[in-house]
Amino acid sequence: MTSNDPNAKRVFAMRQFFGGDNAQELLQYTPHCLYLGMEAVDAGPCFATLRLPYKDELVGDPVKGVVFGGVITTLIDHTSGLSVFCSLEEMRAIATLDLRIDYLRAANPGADLIGHAECYKMTSNVAFVRASAYETDRNDPFANCLATFMLGAHNQGSGVMTAMSEQGQAQASAQAPAKDAPK
Amino acid sequence: MNPLEAIPYARFLGVKIEETDDGLVCVLPFRQEIVGNANLPAIHGGVVGAFLELTAFMQLLAESEGERIPKSINFNIDYLRPAGPHETRGRAELVKHGRRIANVRVLAWQTDPNKPVAAGIGNFLL
Repeated sequence: MTSNDPNAKRVFAMRQFFGGDNAQELLQYTPHCLYLGMEAVDAGPCFATLRLPYKDELVGDPVKGVVFGGVITTLIDHTSGLSVFCSLEEMRAIATLDLRIDYLRAANPGADLIGHAECYKMTSNVAFVRASAYETDRNDPFANCLATFMLGAHNQGSGVMTAMSEQGQAQASAQAPAKDAPK
Repeated sequence: MNPLEAIPYARFLGVKIEETDDGLVCVLPFRQEIVGNANLPAIHGGVVGAFLELTAFMQLLAESEGERIPKSINFNIDYLRPAGPHETRGRAELVKHGRRIANVRVLAWQTDPNKPVAAGIGNFLL
C-alpha cells in the first residue's frame, strides 16, 4: 500500500479473513454457497473474489450449455456482499437494496465463473459496489454489475458474522488455557 | 413441452408454473439449500434474483411466437423485504414487446401478495 492509499489507515473488521485461504471460512455458514460449491479466491480491503465451479445443473441454455443468467446474479450478489463486509471497520448486518446486471456476452460453456466486486463508496447507511464476472480475464467480463447495500439492516447477524464469532472463540480458547487444564 | 423442464437451472430450483385467472404464476418451493442467511433465515438474494429473471423469461416465452429463445440484456432487482423460509411466487408482465427488444417487469411475494419481497425489470433480446 502506498501512503496515498485511503485504506492504509483503516482497520478492517474482517482483516483476519483477508487472503484467499482465510476467506474460504466466510462461505462455510451460508447454505446456498455450500450447495453451489462456491470457493473464495481472494479477499482484501474493500474487495472480494469468488469462484463458482461449473455444474450441469446451473445451465440455462441446454443446447449451448451456457449457465443461466440468474446464476451469475447469485455469484455477483454474494461477491458484492462480501466486498461490503471487507470495507467495514465495525461489523454490521447488511442487505442487498438493489442490483443491476448487464449481460455483456454468454459465459463460456463448461468454464468456472469468477466474480470480483469492489465496494467503492460507503456512507453511514448505504454501501455502493461495482462488480464483474469473467472466466479467466478480468478485462474480458461477460457480466457487469452495480449494486447498493443497506447497512445495519437488521440485528440477526449472518453467515459472515457467524464465521467471525467462531474464529474469535477459537482464538480466545487457543490463547487462554482452559480452566481445568493442568498448570 | 413445458420450457421449465428444458432448463436445467429451473429444475435445480424446482420452479413450477401455475395457470391462474390473472395469468401465469411461477412458484419457487422453499428448501434449506437456497438459504443465504441462516440466522434470519432468508433465501439467498441471488436465488430471488434468478427466480425473478426466470419468471420474466417464462412470461416472455408464453406471449411470444417463440421461434427463438430470448437473451437477457440486463436485469435490475430491487430487494424490498427479506425472503423468509416460505414458498415464493412471481408474476411478470410485458411492459413492451418490440420487434427486437422486450421489456418485462416482475414482482415476487410470499404469504401476502400485497407485501412483495422483490421487484425486477429487464430488457431481453428477441
